[in-house]
Amino acid sequence: MGKILEVKDLSVSFDVRGGLLLRSIGTVKAVDNISFSINKGEILGVVGESGCGKSTVARLVLRLIEPDNGSVLFNDTDILKLPKKEIRQQRRHMQMVFQDPYSAMDPRYTIFRSLCEPFQIQGVKLKKEALRKKVDDLLELVGLNSEHGFAYPHELSGGQKQRADIARALALSPQFVILDEPTAALDVSVQAQIIKLLEDIRERLNLTFLFISHDLSLVSYFCHRVVVMYLGRIVEIISADLIGETPYHPYTKALIDSIFETVPGQEKKKTPLEGEVPSPFNIPPGCSFVSRCKYAKDICQEKTPALEITPDGGQIACHFPLRTLK
Amino acid sequence: MTFLKVSDLKVEFQVDKKTITPIENISFEMNEGEILGMVGETGSGKSLTAHAIMGLSSLVGGKIGGSVQFGEQDLTKLSENEMQSVRGSQIAFIPQNPMTSLDPVYKVGDQIVEGLYKHTKISKRNAKQQVIELMGKLRIPKPDRVFQQYPHQLSGGLKQRIVIAMGLCNNPRLLIADEPTTALDVTVQAQIMTLFKELAEERGIGLFLITHDLGVIAQVCDKVVVMYAGNMVEFGDIKTVFNTPSHPYTKALLGCIPHIGMGKGTLSAIDGNVPSVGTYPSGCRYHPRCPSAFEPCKKSMPELIRKKGETQVACHLFQEIKD
Repeated sequence: MGKILEVKDLSVSFDVRGGLLLRSIGTVKAVDNISFSINKGEILGVVGESGCGKSTVARLVLRLIEPDNGSVLFNDTDILKLPKKEIRQQRRHMQMVFQDPYSAMDPRYTIFRSLCEPFQIQGVKLKKEALRKKVDDLLELVGLNSEHGFAYPHELSGGQKQRADIARALALSPQFVILDEPTAALDVSVQAQIIKLLEDIRERLNLTFLFISHDLSLVSYFCHRVVVMYLGRIVEIISADLIGETPYHPYTKALIDSIFETVPGQEKKKTPLEGEVPSPFNIPPGCSFVSRCKYAKDICQEKTPALEITPDGGQIACHFPLRTLK
Repeated sequence: MTFLKVSDLKVEFQVDKKTITPIENISFEMNEGEILGMVGETGSGKSLTAHAIMGLSSLVGGKIGGSVQFGEQDLTKLSENEMQSVRGSQIAFIPQNPMTSLDPVYKVGDQIVEGLYKHTKISKRNAKQQVIELMGKLRIPKPDRVFQQYPHQLSGGLKQRIVIAMGLCNNPRLLIADEPTTALDVTVQAQIMTLFKELAEERGIGLFLITHDLGVIAQVCDKVVVMYAGNMVEFGDIKTVFNTPSHPYTKALLGCIPHIGMGKGTLSAIDGNVPSVGTYPSGCRYHPRCPSAFEPCKKSMPELIRKKGETQVACHLFQEIKD
């Protein structure tokens, strides 16, 4: 299995402006020196609390925002070095499904017209009938029918809209799709429908997914490997099968402990993590999790832990991992 | 001791000369110090049930049927003036989004004190002291400093604690919380839920918790009401309902939740969509999506029947067995 995407040392920070003259009053390091890779056909999950930089990573990978430094190799081409014209050609192979299906579609366009747009943008010349056939096939692929093509977004339910959104992302037969919290706005029964649809489509079209979510149970079910982020940094990369048994990082453990299982009376004796994610303004040196970590010692305040390989093939950044790395 | 008993609650609205009934056939009871969860998908009538209990749906033109026995009084029989003295003092409400339920131009402390003044005669200094004490009990760090701050200076979890303090300042007997942690991160959600459990245990407050999160219900609640399309489909103690669900919808809903350690491809889903108000099917509202549906399900709406213990279920399958 070759790598489809390789991200190296990617960082981006944003200026925050404020005051009367909108002077820069500080910088937020949204993504701080992260590296990971995705194999062909893999589903890689990214999980973390709000503000940890999950969505920023997605935008950087698609080059919707420009990073400060680092590289993003997609099929061995560094897309950050491509001129603007060629990046559009690359994006045909990498698509994105957005979190909120209610605002991802143009309310004035029918679903059919929204689904035609990718072809027009990429300059794919198709006869009218061929285009209609293509769109109908797409709708069928996601469990809708050609009737839905005539509908406007407001006429569809949340689940149907998300299906249409997925159809649009698949229009140009991409190899790689980023799913940014595709079920966060949906009910659990609809979430299950969409997840099953994605499983089915991935198998049929041999796709690779980057799946972003704040729901660790969902990520561990749907993905092969999981990247855990905290305040713009990767704290752990772990195989999804091992999440329940062997997290190495205290933060991953805390995330697992904050899951409410649907089996009553099974509550483990767990202490919820104290405090909240600190402000990402001018993060102090050292481990970003230090303010909430009960294992923290002096060194954690001083030195940022580097990512190390775990015996299970994962990676972890912690001075005092919960399990030994030998 | 039963202190809230809801019987055959329904709400009707007149829309374009037609009567629609977004919720009906809702009956349950809860005791002091108990946490009752209400779970259901979007549009199943969870929030409307809460509003009906507080008499709020009549303010927007809804006609409330059935009865809500709260202590000695039937809340549906009270006038709006009498209801106002109940709301905020005996029954408090915690809305979903703490970001929009606080006024951005007032200090948070003053906003809590306002609720206290409304129902209690108390001096300014005592009120402030009492509120700061309460904030401390809710584990708000440095309460006297936070008292002087504006909402935008606080984090989401702190804002939700402030809203909870507003609800608790008059020592209510019943706290109704409508999706109180949906807008918060998972680690903060765990903190707030621990807080709720302590409040129920230590102060004997009854908590009516509305959520779509089955995990929260399973770990926090003593009893659960499962709603589907404006009807109550199942009610009972949490262990019976979640470990041995009776209604096909409850079963299916529990199957939709992914767990850590679950095999790939083993998640089940419910086909179709939740019908919206006005397009409810005849008979049992779940029958078009139900794998066990048979003839009677299309024709008549199943009545709530009592199963063993306190469990109640509205499904023809069980009537069949009983007959």
